[in-house]
Amino acid sequence: MAPDMTQYKGSSDYIVSDELRNSVNIAIALGKPLLIKGEPGTGKTMLAQSIANALDKELYIWNIKSTTKAQEGLYVYDTVQRLYDSQFKDHDVSNIKQYIKAGKLGEAFQSSQQVVLLIDEIDKADLEFPNDLLWELDQMSYYIPETKETVTARTRPIVIITSNAEKELPDAFLRRCIFHYIAFPDPSEMGEIIKVHHPSLDKRLLEQAMETFYMLRNIPNIQKKPSTSELIDWLQALVVGGISPNKIKQDMPFLGVLLKKNEDLDTLLNQLHNKTQARPQPRSTYWNR
Amino acid sequence: MFTDFFYYLRNFGVPVSMNEWQSLMDALEMGMAASTLTGFYYLCRAVLVKTEAHYDRFDLAFASYLGDLESPEGLPDKIWDWLNKELPSKDITDAMRRNHQQLDIEEMKRMLAERLAEQNEEHHGGNRWVGTGGTSPFGHSGYHPGGIRIGGNTRNLSAVKVAGMRRFQEFRTDETLGVRQFQMALRKLRQFTTRLDGAREELDLDATVDQTCQNAGRLELVWARPRVNSMKVLLLMDAGGSMLSYSRLCNQLFTAVNKSNHFKDLRTFYFHNCIYDWLYHDPSCSGRDFTDTEYILRTCDSDYRVIIVGDASMAPSELMRAGGIIDWDLHNERPGIEWLKQIRQHFEYSVWLNPISTKYWEWMDGAYTIKAVSQVFPMEELTVEGLERAIGKLKSRSAMGEGTRIVRS
Repeated sequence: MAPDMTQYKGSSDYIVSDELRNSVNIAIALGKPLLIKGEPGTGKTMLAQSIANALDKELYIWNIKSTTKAQEGLYVYDTVQRLYDSQFKDHDVSNIKQYIKAGKLGEAFQSSQQVVLLIDEIDKADLEFPNDLLWELDQMSYYIPETKETVTARTRPIVIITSNAEKELPDAFLRRCIFHYIAFPDPSEMGEIIKVHHPSLDKRLLEQAMETFYMLRNIPNIQKKPSTSELIDWLQALVVGGISPNKIKQDMPFLGVLLKKNEDLDTLLNQLHNKTQARPQPRSTYWNR
Repeated sequence: MFTDFFYYLRNFGVPVSMNEWQSLMDALEMGMAASTLTGFYYLCRAVLVKTEAHYDRFDLAFASYLGDLESPEGLPDKIWDWLNKELPSKDITDAMRRNHQQLDIEEMKRMLAERLAEQNEEHHGGNRWVGTGGTSPFGHSGYHPGGIRIGGNTRNLSAVKVAGMRRFQEFRTDETLGVRQFQMALRKLRQFTTRLDGAREELDLDATVDQTCQNAGRLELVWARPRVNSMKVLLLMDAGGSMLSYSRLCNQLFTAVNKSNHFKDLRTFYFHNCIYDWLYHDPSCSGRDFTDTEYILRTCDSDYRVIIVGDASMAPSELMRAGGIIDWDLHNERPGIEWLKQIRQHFEYSVWLNPISTKYWEWMDGAYTIKAVSQVFPMEELTVEGLERAIGKLKSRSAMGEGTRIVRS
């Protein structure tokens, strides 16, 4: 595979940092899965879409849930269907192949073209889940005992794996991945990102909103920091609500869009009123008594 | 090529393996580094570092390794450009400034000493630094710009280092590692059963073969209920002031328990120091937001596994006397110890996890109450090993231990 043939350069609807672009290209060139971590709302899932668009490849999405098993991604053998069919004699049940249904990973392997495979939120699954996929992701092939077949990827799919760090991933799995952590965008990068979503935004409104946004993020003790997607929603709300830019910093309208936890709202209010003893300490008063 | 760098990384605590190193070599062969140091930096980081918590160590190793080399050409502009972008003039709050002042050169020296210690251990092949993460350098935010000089590198290379540190110092490994270890331990707390209610949705192969044969070959499918974990857990946590110093440890356990989705039922309640008539729904333990302890004893059957987390250190009166409750406006008719005994009697599978290390149990302020409580409940320290032992006790009735000696008064 000539590296220059598959160079990802970002796409029009997704702003990508140099570091991330490098990591993507490294992963593509080495044929290894790219593991993406980062705060929620930093566009981890969007990345795969963007790669697929930019390189004009098909995108397969394998959404992981807490009950997902590694096997399901490869294939499912529908034994029950086969048993039923055998009763009615209207199918040729000797051909097991027709009862083997490929999962997302299997589909990606069998595609004749190189595809982009997104394994979304791998940390949602069982602790052992990543370990069960080691061989398949390494060799890009798997064996179906029922048909004595080995499915090997014709072209190594570009595998993008996202994780919200809800669970730590096992070392053996990590060793096989290229890793990238999407850091939170700084104001200038954020400006770029917003331009994609709200191309015609009043400059003053944006300035004021961004200032407020980063001020909120910098408050210590905020449990759930507002993220990019929340800022975008907030801007939308501000525009729809026809809020004057001068009022944003003062009134902070529609704050619920940015802060999702009661405690965070309290923290903010305390901060604004300069109450230094914000944290209740239930027992201290008693001891001093 | 660069083999020294491999060892630099390992000495700085980045767990690089041969596979990854080989990948890096392949990538370099392909010209992925684009013949610039920045390119090389990103390439190495992407291939060799697998968690954002190690970015900082990687930066240190990178700077330290390249510090020995002469400054390569074509570097400064790129790095400086990047650096200028990466260090926005952040609003420094007073709190931050105070932090920076506290962590002065002494702190820095200590950290360096720690790293050197790690280095020795690494040479002996151990991965100790992962386990001993309690004093992870990433917990501190004390790397102010003055710190860079310790490396003694050329200016532009330190720049890489500083930028990295400032961006990734907040990430810490010890937290998540603890959670994963706790989770692994909690996985052992399971008891499979198929006798529960629920949809029969799993094909019972043996019974199907049997039935089909009985049916003279006409297929008869037999469905069984899937094996599920019947483990029900009641988590009671001390949220008193004296627990504040252990809040991180308790948070880890709490996170791990809550993320373990294999329990059939999980209930969490809070109490202050000792359990009396009420168990609270939130850690503030105030107001009307509580459930009567009696009610819980009545409604939760005795196969609930009870994990109590608390330091068990309190004033003896809080445990032993009626009216000893610490909360100002409350009164308890029965002394706390009676409640504890009743809970223990009802829930045969129960343990007390104490965040205080075992070796201090006899010497702490609360030694008297710790002893008294540990005569009611089997007590273990809140560590990964302690949790494993505790789970062993939660699983089998035979291991009820000293807690069974319940004296009725």
